[in-house]
Amino acid sequence: MSNLIELYRDLILDHNKNPRNFGELQNATKSIEGVNPLCGDKLKLFLLLENDLIKDISFIGTGCAISVASASMMTENAKGLDVNQCLELYAMVHSMLIGKDEIDVERLGKIMALSGVKAYPSRVKCASLSWHALKQALSTNQLTASTE
Amino acid sequence: MKSIKKDFPILSKKVNGKRLSYLDNAASTQKPKAVIDALSHYEMNLHANVHRGIHRLSQEATYEYEKVREKIKNYIHAEQVDEIIYTKGTTESINLLATSLAKLYIHKNDEIVISTAEHHANIVPWQQACQITGAKLVVCPIDQNGDIELDAFNSLLSPRTKIVSISHISNVLGSINPIETMIKNAKKYGAITIIDAAQSIAHLPIDVTQLGCDFLTFSAHKIHGPTGTGILYGKYAHLTAMPPFMTGGDMIKTVSFEKTTFNSPPYKFEAGTPNISGVIGLGYAIDYLSQFSWDEKLNYENSLTKYLIESLSTIHGLRIIGNPSKRSAIASFVLDAAHPHDIATILDEHGVAIRAGHHCAMPLMEHLKLPATARASLSLYNDKEDIDQLCNAIEDTKRIFQ
Repeated sequence: MSNLIELYRDLILDHNKNPRNFGELQNATKSIEGVNPLCGDKLKLFLLLENDLIKDISFIGTGCAISVASASMMTENAKGLDVNQCLELYAMVHSMLIGKDEIDVERLGKIMALSGVKAYPSRVKCASLSWHALKQALSTNQLTASTE
Repeated sequence: MKSIKKDFPILSKKVNGKRLSYLDNAASTQKPKAVIDALSHYEMNLHANVHRGIHRLSQEATYEYEKVREKIKNYIHAEQVDEIIYTKGTTESINLLATSLAKLYIHKNDEIVISTAEHHANIVPWQQACQITGAKLVVCPIDQNGDIELDAFNSLLSPRTKIVSISHISNVLGSINPIETMIKNAKKYGAITIIDAAQSIAHLPIDVTQLGCDFLTFSAHKIHGPTGTGILYGKYAHLTAMPPFMTGGDMIKTVSFEKTTFNSPPYKFEAGTPNISGVIGLGYAIDYLSQFSWDEKLNYENSLTKYLIESLSTIHGLRIIGNPSKRSAIASFVLDAAHPHDIATILDEHGVAIRAGHHCAMPLMEHLKLPATARASLSLYNDKEDIDQLCNAIEDTKRIFQ
């Protein structure tokens, strides 16, 4: 059961129960939908961008504990970053989720709580959905991001 | 009925160090050793291409492959062997029908009736047929228990109804649809009736002659056979009239650069080298199941399904989705505490294999206002211990998510 304890750490369960930055952002300058067609998870990200800076960010949607907790942690971490910093963070999180060795544990901080996902290949997409959506929102004009 | 678990080698495997409780039978069933041995015997002793070889191996492979048609004919009580078409599976069977019937029979403003609780495989091909022909897709509602609303179904029928394509058993709700009545009523308007028997083929006796349906489809892997193999049953007169689905080798009589004449059914619908071992495996799977009487099978499965529903019902915070008047060996459920994907991951750690998600029935999920469900589905080899293991694992899920 040790993998399970790694996956459902208290911090994940807490973010699932009380997701941060949950709700629509009224003054959003950009929004994007994220879907995982395999399981039907859906979320919508709202961003308030000022020049290159994420002044505010929120999300709504339904999904499993991993996807909700990951989205919640993503919004906490992305707020206040500029676009390049966000894309860098996305790349680091992605490496962590797929179990790459060379990751900056210090930089990732509490997001490391999601690292238990790497033992569950079928759940990597749950954890990466919101991060994919963030990347799409910052790097393209698309309105939908998909894990597929 | 005595336990048949030992006949299925995979079921003695440990998963995550635990006894395996395999409850994902609506997705795919496991194979008995008799089928696995037959596949291995075929590959080691018989394999050659069918229908075209003069040599001994090709003749033997063709004989083994062709004799399965007779087994299927008997299993579903068709009238003729050449009403049995080999396909890749239920999905291909329905695509074949939708494509071929769209060319021949479906016109602008015609109506194709399905139900709310269909699998994507019995929705999307008909949507495509509607796009091509200008016909309309009409959806028969289900009530809050998950049963087809028969009155609504009857009122949807009209001379415009060209096709009625309905699943025998819902892969999400486990509801057994009243197909006898539906076929009879659809026939009054001359509609073509199609039964998607993917979920029923291993669980209910099927008599296509008595039912009077025009077509019936199923997949081998839902009845303890190999994947990539399925059956389309069709009334011979329809099969003769229908244009082919795929074209190429083996489905022709003569070919010149000016003109091709097609082979007779079933071969007209079987272009290319088929899944020979898959078909042979299906034959052995049917032989395996046929050693038990339907009384034996139904009694055992019904009592196990009852135990499953009773056991799940005692779990606080668990809701079973649907309460159909006749239920097959499927139960979908949700927990207040945890999302179905989280349930499935935790259950897996306990050695319990279930399905979580939308079960390829997104319109039904939309209707139920649920993003996903967890689904436990039984087979003859399951026992009460499997269900107890499931319920203990659900309790553990609740503990983690409390």
